[in-house]
Amino acid sequence: MSGPSTFVPKSALGRWFESRLPIMGLIHGSFVAYPTPRNLNYWWAFGAILSFMLVAQIITGIVLTMHYTPQVDLAFASVEHIMRDVNWGWFLRYAHSNGASMFFVAVYVHMFRGLYYGSYKAPREVLWILGVIIYLLMMATGFLGYTLPWGQMSFWGATVITNFFTAIPLVGDAVTTWLWGGYSVGNPTLNRFFALHYLLPFMIAGVVVLHVWALHVVGQNNPAGVEVKNVDRDTVPFTPYATIKDSFAVVCFMILYAWFIFYVPNYLGHADNYIEANPLSTPAHIVPEWYYLPFYAILRAIPSKLGGVTAMFGSIAILAFLPWLDTSRVRSASFRPMYRIFFWAFVLCCLGLGYLGAQPAEGGYIIAARLLTAFYFGFFIIILPLLGIFETPKPVPATIADAVLAKNGGAVMNPAE
Amino acid sequence: MISFKSISLAVAISAATFSLAQSSALAQEGGHGPTPHMEKWSFAGMFGTYDKAQLQRGFRVYREVCSACHSLSRLRIGNLADEGGPGFSEGQVKALAAEYQIKDFNDKGEPIQRPGFPSDNFPKIFANEDAAAAVHGKAPPDLSVIAKARSYSRGFPFFLLDMLPGVAYQEHGPDYIHALLNGYTKPDDTKWNEYFPGNQIAMPKPLSDDQVDYTDGSPKTVEQYSRDVAAFLMWAAEPKLEERKRTGLNALIFLFIFAGLLYFTKKKIWADAH
Ligand code: HEC
Ligand code: HEM
Repeated sequence: MSGPSTFVPKSALGRWFESRLPIMGLIHGSFVAYPTPRNLNYWWAFGAILSFMLVAQIITGIVLTMHYTPQVDLAFASVEHIMRDVNWGWFLRYAHSNGASMFFVAVYVHMFRGLYYGSYKAPREVLWILGVIIYLLMMATGFLGYTLPWGQMSFWGATVITNFFTAIPLVGDAVTTWLWGGYSVGNPTLNRFFALHYLLPFMIAGVVVLHVWALHVVGQNNPAGVEVKNVDRDTVPFTPYATIKDSFAVVCFMILYAWFIFYVPNYLGHADNYIEANPLSTPAHIVPEWYYLPFYAILRAIPSKLGGVTAMFGSIAILAFLPWLDTSRVRSASFRPMYRIFFWAFVLCCLGLGYLGAQPAEGGYIIAARLLTAFYFGFFIIILPLLGIFETPKPVPATIADAVLAKNGGAVMNPAE
Repeated sequence: MISFKSISLAVAISAATFSLAQSSALAQEGGHGPTPHMEKWSFAGMFGTYDKAQLQRGFRVYREVCSACHSLSRLRIGNLADEGGPGFSEGQVKALAAEYQIKDFNDKGEPIQRPGFPSDNFPKIFANEDAAAAVHGKAPPDLSVIAKARSYSRGFPFFLLDMLPGVAYQEHGPDYIHALLNGYTKPDDTKWNEYFPGNQIAMPKPLSDDQVDYTDGSPKTVEQYSRDVAAFLMWAAEPKLEERKRTGLNALIFLFIFAGLLYFTKKKIWADAH
């Protein structure tokens, strides 16, 4: 899509610099001239929203770090200090804790968007896998961050999650002791979690660069799921078209974000995390952050520890194989009547698992979690491969311009004209 | 694009799984205890602010009753004069601070007790948790953040409504505290509390009518005391609530206008692209 840049800086100094490091051309090619399919809908704005959230997390996080103390006797108190004494400290902390949730809201929408429109299919496999890696890093970052305020859920959540590693045959206990830096979650654990929580977001930023790079090589998918054939007819330049649309979407998302920060800042948290960590008292229910709940439900649905941990990691790892599990030649669910039904069933399955992850692991909840876990894996391993064979897709428009034409019932105009 | 049929089918499947899960889980647990009553709080909602007179009464209840057992050690005494709080004057807070005895060292390095300053934190009552538990059976928790550290489950689907504008409900903590203090409903079992998880509480019924003197004519009843002290504890846990809600309003107004402007700019730019 993006060949060698034709960008020429206006000033002599700019041309001097550009011939030595063509960074302006790179930026111009990626965010100004870059052709975007003209039929993108607002589900495509979540990439911009995610970039905004990453920056928001890094900025609020760095300022929080200036007031936070990673030491078991002082961590909880330092967070209370931030909330009470630091100027705008309450804002920083609520923006950061709710920012993590908003980040996950956005990434889930972004991923389901990809699932619906088949954005993982050739030639976008590497792009998709880089996305899965970002998602994994986000999960790790969120988990590490949640231990930092050193409340009861921080401590017991960290204990439960790190205990997964004891399920590894033979070396499990040794690995877990090594992770903890001791024989239980304690001060060394908090210290290293803090160091890693600071590090991982910058690794995310690095993978995001690769993700965007891969995107700009293969180009964006679009609701019609057909490739760009004619750049003039099928696309519009990134600036001003996508820039203004994405800006509007980001500000709308900020309204949601602001609502959570200012009016329901503790809604997504757990009350127990306002109790300082106490290794001697286990909370009645240990519940992870909401964004892990579907996986937590899968973990507890399997009766054996090793099985549960394997299923849980498998449920994420399987996403990386999606490009090869889906055998259909048609990308977009708009033209796949059966896939569309299963897609929505899968969305509800994930929501259901999320609900069950927050319930006690007993009785009917366990039965339901098992059914939904079976459906979760069945969707990838059975339904997707078979659908490609048995489903009859609807006719796909020949070009993006045709898709826009069919939708508007009018002529496609070229903005450049 | 998204067919109605496919959504309704999926909804039906998941509704069936949900009800299966819920009904059998309820059968297992044998139902829940009573949920706290949802009280009216001045600090609820988008425009909520603390009722200064109520916070002052609540502090009085805390000081005369609860502080015998419960510390408030994350607050400084001077916080009582902070903006958005109970609104005591600097002078009142100074006098009040002087009534507390604070552990310190003199300039020879010897441990002493001295009268407090507004910059001192409310003193700890027990040296540590074990000492507190030895006296009371169980350690009375510090009350600084208790209003955010207690909650109760509203169940599906109400918990989803609790985050929505207009019906947002964030006052689980104060409602629970209010209910707890009124929950000693079995006169023959002093440890029985209707709202405490497990119903057996180590805290003896702390409040009775006419126990604390109110000078503003408010009723001297357990009901009123518990409501006032719960509001006070909410302030203690969330002292920046007023600033937060005020800032939020400005932020939302700004964002809505900004979004509106961007929307029309977007429309104009895209007008020639379709
Ligand atoms: C005689 C000592 C005593 C007094 C006075 C007292 N408490 Fe308590 N309180 C306790 C003890 C002990 C516990 C721990 C109860 C338990 O865990 O079983 C407790 C627990 C609590 C809890 C936590 C309950 C829970 O859900 O874990 C709250 C809230 C509370 N007290 C509020 C108050 C308030 C408000 C007052 C003043 C009106 C007060 N207490 C007066 C001893 C006291
Ligand atoms: C990918 C981006 C990030 C995510 C998803 C994330 C997530 C989180 C979460 C969930 C918490 C717990 C919040 C709470 O309950 O109080 C937290 C706390 C914290 N984070 Fe991050 N974070 C990110 C980036 C950063 C960065 C870049 C830094 C520092 C440079 C940082 C520093 C901190 C600090 C100091 C805390 C403890 C203070 C507190 O608990 O409020 N974070 N983070």
